[in-house]
Amino acid sequence: MFVTYLRRELAGRRKQTAIVAIGMALAIALVIIVNAVSSGVQLAQSTVLASVYGVGTDITVSQTPVAPTEGEGGGGPQNFDFGAEDGATADGSTTVNQATLSVERGTTAFDSTALDTVGGIDNVSAAAATLSLSNTTFNGTLPDRSAMTQGEAPTAGEAPTGADGAGGSSFSVDSFTVLGLDPADDAVGPLSAVSLTDGRSLESTDAGANVAVLDASYATTAELIVGDTISLAGTDFTIVGLVTASSADAATASNVYIPLDVAQTLSGLEGQVTDIYVQAASSTDIEQVQADVETALPDSTVKTQADLASSVSGSLSSASDLVKNLGLWLSLIVLAAAFLIAILFTISGVTRRTREFGTLKAIGWSNGRIVRQVAGESLVQGLIGGVVGIAVGLFGILAINLVAPTLTAGAASADVPAGMNGAGGRPGGGFGQAVVEAATSDIVLQVPVTLSVILIAVGLAVLGGLLAGAIGGWRASRLSPSEALRSIA
Amino acid sequence: MYELTNVTKKYDQGKRSVTALNKVTLSIPDGQMVAIQGPTGGGKSTLLQMLGALDRPSTGTVQLGASDLSKLGQGPLGEIRARQIGFVFQGFNLIPTLTAQENVETALAPLGVSAADRTARAAAALASVGLGERGSHLPAELSGGQQQRVAIARALVKEPAVLLADEPTGNLDEQTRDEIMELLEGLWRDRGLTLIVVTHDSAVAKRAQRRLLIKQGVVKEVA
Ligand SMILES: Nc1ncnc2c1ncn2[C@@H]1O[C@H](COP(=O)(O)OP(=O)(O)OP(=O)(O)O)[C@@H](O)[C@H]1O
Ligand SMILES: [Mg+2]
Repeated sequence: MFVTYLRRELAGRRKQTAIVAIGMALAIALVIIVNAVSSGVQLAQSTVLASVYGVGTDITVSQTPVAPTEGEGGGGPQNFDFGAEDGATADGSTTVNQATLSVERGTTAFDSTALDTVGGIDNVSAAAATLSLSNTTFNGTLPDRSAMTQGEAPTAGEAPTGADGAGGSSFSVDSFTVLGLDPADDAVGPLSAVSLTDGRSLESTDAGANVAVLDASYATTAELIVGDTISLAGTDFTIVGLVTASSADAATASNVYIPLDVAQTLSGLEGQVTDIYVQAASSTDIEQVQADVETALPDSTVKTQADLASSVSGSLSSASDLVKNLGLWLSLIVLAAAFLIAILFTISGVTRRTREFGTLKAIGWSNGRIVRQVAGESLVQGLIGGVVGIAVGLFGILAINLVAPTLTAGAASADVPAGMNGAGGRPGGGFGQAVVEAATSDIVLQVPVTLSVILIAVGLAVLGGLLAGAIGGWRASRLSPSEALRSIA
Repeated sequence: MYELTNVTKKYDQGKRSVTALNKVTLSIPDGQMVAIQGPTGGGKSTLLQMLGALDRPSTGTVQLGASDLSKLGQGPLGEIRARQIGFVFQGFNLIPTLTAQENVETALAPLGVSAADRTARAAAALASVGLGERGSHLPAELSGGQQQRVAIARALVKEPAVLLADEPTGNLDEQTRDEIMELLEGLWRDRGLTLIVVTHDSAVAKRAQRRLLIKQGVVKEVA
């Protein structure tokens, strides 16, 4: 009888069933989509972070950068010293070919003994130090040196290859990022998150050797393959391997990776590093480790993954904010509205069926039987909504994945250890462009469908149905059987 | 066997209190056919509620067989309604979404009758009111007289001791009224029911063995 009556009611009152189910379906579809997009965005964020910071890095330590003093211009590590030995003079013009390997602007090197300090802190399971450098090659011909003053060089840099500059100069600047890392240490740090596409990775026996591993996309741009040589600060390095970010979408932390000791020697930064990557013993230790590092190294900037996540910028971060704020509130509001619709319709249904329930009571139906009937109807309406909602939600997710919106993500901050500064070795990465920019990645948003999202949806459908059913059933249980005798008028 | 003693029913409407039944003392032996007449608002339906275990009196006792209906809770009253009392209403009160057959089956749902038994008994009850062929029809597809036949089948399928009808012909034309009254009388005679019919139609009341007049909550026998 229960099933027959239930079926007849739902089929006989299609409009009510449809309205409650559609409301529930909309809400559940929205919850599913928002939930899935949110985890898709999170996935993209962790992809970006993993490709820049490495898998398993909980904390990064860098030195608080010293703001460049005013008027310094292209000074500091970007400074070019035009020594006589760097150029050849012919016909009164000077050919300059200068390569320097130096710490990027915005990054400060510090003593590598900090690594031992960090390694000695409680609950640090792994720590690795890197030296983040920028290799800048300056190639050009200056006409008669007396025709221009040295101070005009930065201006000329804006028209790098042109011979039409004020001074009639012609030169190019090529810059790419170089990361020195301990080849023996691959548990934590930038190279822990990459996959090898060709050749081999750096090995512990590479210490002191002039070997390099290149970011695969940089290698493609620079037309380099394994076995070629690449010149860093005038020294030739053999390319032994190519790596790419584990997720094909994101860029790796640096263009070129070389052994740490070689990087220190070439840049004249013996015993210096720029970043320390720290892995905590467990996620619950992160706060304590962060605090201890800050105490042990008061000049340092200590960042956790959570800090790092907030450093992810670009449309990915806007999407994340949008999903977290608007999406969450919207789905909550729609969900509340759907529940309210289900409850109101159930109550009005019970009110409309006062005589019906009164009659059933009069012929001996117990309250429990009537409550079960009302709750069953609401539950099934909710479940129909849930099933439709899941279908619509999955369809929406499918649509998003088919459209595959591309989000740009940058881990933009001067504090970010390694950026793809001057990515692709574009000629003319000008003098003024030395400010560290992020590792910019284009991430195709892929929205995952997880069982938990489906379960949440089913749970919400059941909850909504039961809530409406409980309230409606309670109303029905309070009706008097003598309602059956009420005159129709 | 009904035994009503000093039954008073008062309804509180805000500050006003309406006395729908006023110290009614009444005895109805098993198998009697009783017509209850009276002006509107006189207390006919209220009396039927007391007899039908739908409500309890404010004071007084309503004895049905061994049970005092005035002392029982909702659960036991429901049990008594389910097993011993059949109802027929002026407005038929069929469940609009259920077929005639299913409407009759609703009366057997609380009795723990097996599904097969339920189907067979409901079909037999429909046949006994002359609607054997109409089991699959929805109420809206039936005439008023046919709907009231379905309601009578629903009231009788549980084989109750008492059949209570509140204006069973009030919504029907004269010819249908007579058909329905003939049907009820026939069933009453065949089954040895106690049949209590509320009506203000004298043509209907005349068929009864005994007539009661209830005015302002007070019951009088009509000679
Ligand atoms: N649930 C209730 N609440 C308040 N007053 C009620 C209620 N039920 C009945 N009454 C009042 O009790 C009195 C008797 O009502 P009852 O329905 O028994 O009359 P009736 O004889 O059946 O009238 P009718 O011929 O119109 O059906 C009336 O004054 C009515 O207003
Ligand atoms: Mg009445």
